Amino acid sequence: MSNVDPANVPPETPEEAAKTGTLISSIALKQRAGGIVVPVFTALLAFLIGGLVVLATGHNPLSAYNDIFNGAGLNWIFHPTTNVVNTAAYNLSQTLLQTTTLILCGLAVAFAFRCGMFNIGGQGQYFIGLYVGNWLGHDFASMSPLPHIVLVVVAGTLAGAAWAGIAGFLKASVGAHEVISTIMLNWIAIWIGEWLFGDGGPLQNPANATAPISNDIASSAQLPVFWGEQQLQGLHIGFFIALAALVVFYLILNRTTLGYEVRAVGFNPEAAHYGGINVKKNLVAAMAISGAFAGLAGTLDMLGYLYHYGQSDIPVSAVGFLGIAVALLGRNTAVGVGLGALLFGALLFGTTHGLQAGSSSIDPSLASNLTYIIQGLVVLFVGADVLILYVWNSRKKLRLRPAST
Amino acid sequence: MNTWAQRLDNPVSAWLRDPAATGYAGMLLGVFAAFLAIPPIQARTITWPILVGVVAAILGIWTATRGRQKLGYGAVAAGIFGIGLGILATHSGTSNLNTVFNAQLIAQMFAFSTPLIFGAIAGMFSERSGVVNIGLEGMMLMGAFWGVYGADKGGNWVVGLIVGMGSGGLLALVYAYFAIHLRADQIVGGTAVNFLALGITGYFFFQLYHGNYVSSGVSTIPNVRIPGIAGTHFLGPALGNLSVMIWAGFALVIVSYIVVFKTPIGLRIRACGEHPRAADTVGINVYAVRYGCVVLSGLLAAAGGVYLSDGFGGGTFNDNMTAGRGFIALAAMIFGNWRPAGAFAAALLFGFSSAIALRLQVYSPSAATLFNALPYVLTLIAVAGVIGRTVPPAADGKPYQKQ
Repeated sequence: MSNVDPANVPPETPEEAAKTGTLISSIALKQRAGGIVVPVFTALLAFLIGGLVVLATGHNPLSAYNDIFNGAGLNWIFHPTTNVVNTAAYNLSQTLLQTTTLILCGLAVAFAFRCGMFNIGGQGQYFIGLYVGNWLGHDFASMSPLPHIVLVVVAGTLAGAAWAGIAGFLKASVGAHEVISTIMLNWIAIWIGEWLFGDGGPLQNPANATAPISNDIASSAQLPVFWGEQQLQGLHIGFFIALAALVVFYLILNRTTLGYEVRAVGFNPEAAHYGGINVKKNLVAAMAISGAFAGLAGTLDMLGYLYHYGQSDIPVSAVGFLGIAVALLGRNTAVGVGLGALLFGALLFGTTHGLQAGSSSIDPSLASNLTYIIQGLVVLFVGADVLILYVWNSRKKLRLRPAST
Repeated sequence: MNTWAQRLDNPVSAWLRDPAATGYAGMLLGVFAAFLAIPPIQARTITWPILVGVVAAILGIWTATRGRQKLGYGAVAAGIFGIGLGILATHSGTSNLNTVFNAQLIAQMFAFSTPLIFGAIAGMFSERSGVVNIGLEGMMLMGAFWGVYGADKGGNWVVGLIVGMGSGGLLALVYAYFAIHLRADQIVGGTAVNFLALGITGYFFFQLYHGNYVSSGVSTIPNVRIPGIAGTHFLGPALGNLSVMIWAGFALVIVSYIVVFKTPIGLRIRACGEHPRAADTVGINVYAVRYGCVVLSGLLAAAGGVYLSDGFGGGTFNDNMTAGRGFIALAAMIFGNWRPAGAFAAALLFGFSSAIALRLQVYSPSAATLFNALPYVLTLIAVAGVIGRTVPPAADGKPYQKQ
């Protein structure tokens, strides 16, 4: 919170911060106390423990992490080139493709967090955006590209907003906890997808009955690719839309009345209400904006590189849940979410398709599960940054003691 | 409420005056109306289900006007459900009905419900003590993998059950440390537990079994064959040959009801969930109670997972085997209003809808698929407060700090 005069802030230990107020206010206080230290420390600790698991099961963690690093194309910075024939460049473009999705899914969680709500329903909102993208992208095939893309993107975003808005509305009207309602909405969305793309479903491609799959979207709805080949899943312009979303996220929160109100409700709903802010309206608005980010992610994925979706892929997708780790690691700030999305995007691609099966020191099947372990540890430690701050502060104290005595 | 002495004066009128009695009677009649239409009774005329359903609805309206609105509307809904099912059943062919509704369906309902029962009771213990447990899914998944691993390596399903429950308990202990001692946000912690379990089970499944099916010949959880019933016409296939874990699940519901509501330990657990400060003041060790409940929750959820892989699954495991069952268990617990009997009823309902969905697959795959969303839709409606409000324990999800 850069607009708070540091001189007026009473000195607070993380212990005190955790004691008072809502979730978001304690996070904000810890954020002031811990800055960038906690996320970096958290990530390092998670990688360390993940490495220990790798070591304990008889693999070399250093070469495994090195292979994942190369698999994600991060070695590209040593030999920068835009030619995707180069493996590193191709891998990097694929990592950025995942990053695009994760930025938006991370923002979906982060925005609700800033209003004091935990949007665990990013996955469902992502799917709703994806379904609408597939439906409208397949229909209206006679439209010319630009209006078609704009129509589908806007509709998918609004659909995601509406889906999350249900949870916001239930919270504002009857006080239903958003965690429970978004979990339920996730599973409802998943089963709707199973129905839509499944056998006899309205969006199923009838040509492929054995392994149910959705229709292909029309070529007029496909997003232009600016790095790589369209056929080889190149990086599409949705990447820039995601970067713009980071800016929009920052601007809404920090430069608009809505953002001010959302943050005020997040810090303390009762004080915000007393100050004349319509808390209920803000809860619905914050949830809807959250859902808009996730819905946009789903639509861009459909228009950008997926083009169709298999029924069996629905339960496997976890990008919405990864968004939780991205947002928490990024401390719910625009820059943090961007960096967190890059980290998890690299992990997501570097441990699966990027990793050369057979030639790497760790099997992709192990590595992709390692991603889940690291993700879990990151979320676990971020939630308990009292611990990490305690370790960090006692380290500082240890260093100070010899100087003072 | 009337006392028993007053009721004895005039049993019939006292019974009618008691809204609880008429409400439950209405619900039972509603279910009975549906039951009339399907095998084995299968009244082929529409009259009987409608008649019984209407009586159920009237009892429900009567109850609703006497102050027990939730119960009353429940009975009305049950009556309408009975009439609807009756009409549907009389309009479809007898052979279809016999393949969808038969005794096997009841056995299948219990099989689908059992992981949910274990999970919902697990969640109830944790939440009654004041710790929200979103991580049920992960704990169940741990039980599913390590249970089948234990049964494989130990050569006995009992070893598998112990190993599986231990793994869930261990994960719950880690979660308890973060949620209770470090006062981490419980939703965040539970989410982390789910990721961790997915990663750990997936990693070791590949490391130990190369991602293939667990080798055949694993000692699986046996069924209980009840000699008197097993050979009979309808009860035989329904109840005569059920898994040990299904019966254990029934016992668990009764035991947990007694523990939570009839014993001093249960009172302490509930005190920690409703008002930990007050509990602490009278000398209850809030941390100890919460640790105990969260670990118990992990053990029970994992037991449900062991049944899933080593009983229901016949000794197999696959990645992310629980596939959201932990979340349905969570939903069942909420739908059952944080009570053992309610959670049990909700788990049976959700298990029944899964069993129906499986059978409808043959006739209409797309309708069957949508049927799977029913538990989530019902829970969403329940938390929205359309049919009465669900009330979680007052201090549920709030970390407690000793003073």
